[in-house]
Amino acid sequence: MSALPAHDMPPLARTGNLPRGKLGVLLLILSEVFFFGTLIAVYVFYIGHHTGGPTPKDVFDAPLSGPTWQPLAVSFNSVFLLVSSLWIVLAHRALCRGATTAFGFWWLATFACGSVFLAGTANEWHGLIMDDGLWMGTNLFGSCYYTLVGFHALHVTAGLTIMAIVFVLTLAGKMHQRHAGKIELLSWYWHFVDAVWIVVFTIVYVIGWWGAA
Amino acid sequence: MSSSPVRPDLSPPLSRLHEWVVTVDHKRLGVMYIVTGLVFFLIGGFEAAMMRWQLAWPGLDIVMPEDFNRLFTMHGTTMVFLVGMPILLGSANYLVPLMIGTRDMAFPRLNAFGFWLFFFGGALLYFSYFGAQGLYGMGSAPDVGWFAYAPLTERTFSRGHSTDYWILGLMVSGFGSIATGINLVTTILCMRCTGMRLMKMPLFVWIMLVDAILIVVAMPPLAAAQVMLLFDRSLGAHFFDVQAGGSAVLWQNLFWFFGHPEVYILILPAFAFVSEIIPVFSRKVLFGYPLMVAATVTIGFISMGVWVHHMFAIGLSPAVNTLFMASTMLIGVPTGIKMFNWVATMFGGRIRLHTPMLFSIGFLAQFLFGGLTGVMLAVVPFDWQVSDSYFVVGHFHYVLFGGLIFSIFAAIYYWFPKVSGRMLSEALGKWQFWLLLIGFNLTFGPMHVSGMLGMPRRIYTYQLDRGWEIWNLLSSIGVLFQALAIAFFIWNVIRSLQRGTPAGDDPWDAWTLEWSTTSPPPAWNFDTDPEVRSRRPLWDAKHPDDPDWKYE
Repeated sequence: MSALPAHDMPPLARTGNLPRGKLGVLLLILSEVFFFGTLIAVYVFYIGHHTGGPTPKDVFDAPLSGPTWQPLAVSFNSVFLLVSSLWIVLAHRALCRGATTAFGFWWLATFACGSVFLAGTANEWHGLIMDDGLWMGTNLFGSCYYTLVGFHALHVTAGLTIMAIVFVLTLAGKMHQRHAGKIELLSWYWHFVDAVWIVVFTIVYVIGWWGAA
Repeated sequence: MSSSPVRPDLSPPLSRLHEWVVTVDHKRLGVMYIVTGLVFFLIGGFEAAMMRWQLAWPGLDIVMPEDFNRLFTMHGTTMVFLVGMPILLGSANYLVPLMIGTRDMAFPRLNAFGFWLFFFGGALLYFSYFGAQGLYGMGSAPDVGWFAYAPLTERTFSRGHSTDYWILGLMVSGFGSIATGINLVTTILCMRCTGMRLMKMPLFVWIMLVDAILIVVAMPPLAAAQVMLLFDRSLGAHFFDVQAGGSAVLWQNLFWFFGHPEVYILILPAFAFVSEIIPVFSRKVLFGYPLMVAATVTIGFISMGVWVHHMFAIGLSPAVNTLFMASTMLIGVPTGIKMFNWVATMFGGRIRLHTPMLFSIGFLAQFLFGGLTGVMLAVVPFDWQVSDSYFVVGHFHYVLFGGLIFSIFAAIYYWFPKVSGRMLSEALGKWQFWLLLIGFNLTFGPMHVSGMLGMPRRIYTYQLDRGWEIWNLLSSIGVLFQALAIAFFIWNVIRSLQRGTPAGDDPWDAWTLEWSTTSPPPAWNFDTDPEVRSRRPLWDAKHPDDPDWKYE
């Protein structure tokens, strides 16, 4: 573009361009942080504001909701979700090595643990709706609870759907070492879903249960 | 610039349509965004004109009161979400890849996805005129104001489906904006051409970077709030139901936590346009580039912390009001820095008063006026006096019409030659500028007076003895001038597309990379990858004896 001989011009600066797939997923997660941040802020703001029962104490305390203390059952489910984050790391590492069979194994483990968590949520909701009579419209607590936990479950479902697709591709022999980068991006999303659950659990089952006395 | 598959089995008009519908080319999507935005601009302008006709004199009944409510709701919603947003996203779409010397956006298919979400979101909102009656047989277009305050939006007070259309239409187009925002940030941070460090980017690109980040963080809270409202209306939830412990003030907080960043999302592109246009037509380098970057980033941060100034009149504690009064005034500092830098860029320059420059100067004066009334409104006691009056309407139209829309016309006159390959007529452009300048000030200047005299916004008529008649009549007469100006613009575009002077690659003797390729650019943008050593790569190419990189 220039008439000057090349040696007279200063060297071209390094642009410092970032990898676009990673940045794209990080930005998606950033927008999700603000989405969940809003739901969580609203939940915290409304702790104890409900008029009329059932209250968090009513539904989470034994023996109203069955033989176990609800948060204990939820903690049990949570372990599956947290552990699945570990399996997905192992799956990614296996794919980096090109060990597609090991990848398939850990991937199935991730999917299975995520599914157990989702089934746990379904079971919990069944109990709350059928035994405790709590739904969106019952009181403000119900509105907040189902919205926050429901949107988290929706994100788990989305993750599981993508995982199922990847698993089918693995069985078809279409997952290879070169896809490790994309699997890493998927694992970031899964870690994010995990991290959100830690906050949601603390807010809903610890602070919300304790603060709404 | 055919980047899309041509279907030979289709007849010519259909195959061209097919090309545009399936395109993932950032330039075509940019043009589609802007054209759709301009069509909505005409619709929103028509709604405004109907309101001004109704208010021209006391006691008129041009439109029914309930229609008037729909008009101001749809006017505000349209202008913000379906005019400002697509035109800013479209111009960023078209120009950012060209300015940073790359072939396309980072995620071209996501780009098309974002556009079509916006398009169908807008269509969904307007379908409310036909579809909102639902099974109830009541309701039409939304009539709850563009910020849709609870509890007016709750099922109890808003029967039918009008508010649901407002929620869903904006949520769909909002997801499109988030997708395009993510795409823009990624493009700017990952796709710059050889040598273009961040501080070598045109200021336009810097501002669009901050703007896109604001979109990514500000739109999700709106979506969350709209989800809660939707659950209130459809599933019987109680988020904004005061009788069940919910809070109507919470909606205001959530809406304005989105809403105030949103007005900066809308005005930052105006800054981006004039920051490119003023230097070229002053024949000088932009004054204080690093400070402009710093001011842009600062505005981005502060804009997240001023939202309560929309709620001064609802009775929050004095401490909260004072805090947000201070933060609101603080945002005047980086904005003021920008004003001074633009004026300093013009100072001592060889100013060429072409149409883009005229609109930019119009922007400077009118945005300054709107900014100053903004500082007045930041003072809590003054805000209490004029809150929800026509003073506020005048204020934000000076910012968004006198600022944003004038800068959009500046940008259209500046970049139209690049997009179409033909110049717009200067003579018709000047007619449009002066008519719009007169019409705009005639409409919105008197609103400050009628507001001070106590005229509330959103009333569909008023009594004869209030002393508001003359000011309202002046406002309504201004609409005629504005309508004439827009007619000149449409005529200019149609005529220039057919018979305009061929533009050549670089009609303005400009300095950024988009002018180094042909007009219109080929689908691949650049034949060879550009190399950049300064902020004005084309200046370096045209003046190898005195390049910018020696001084930067």
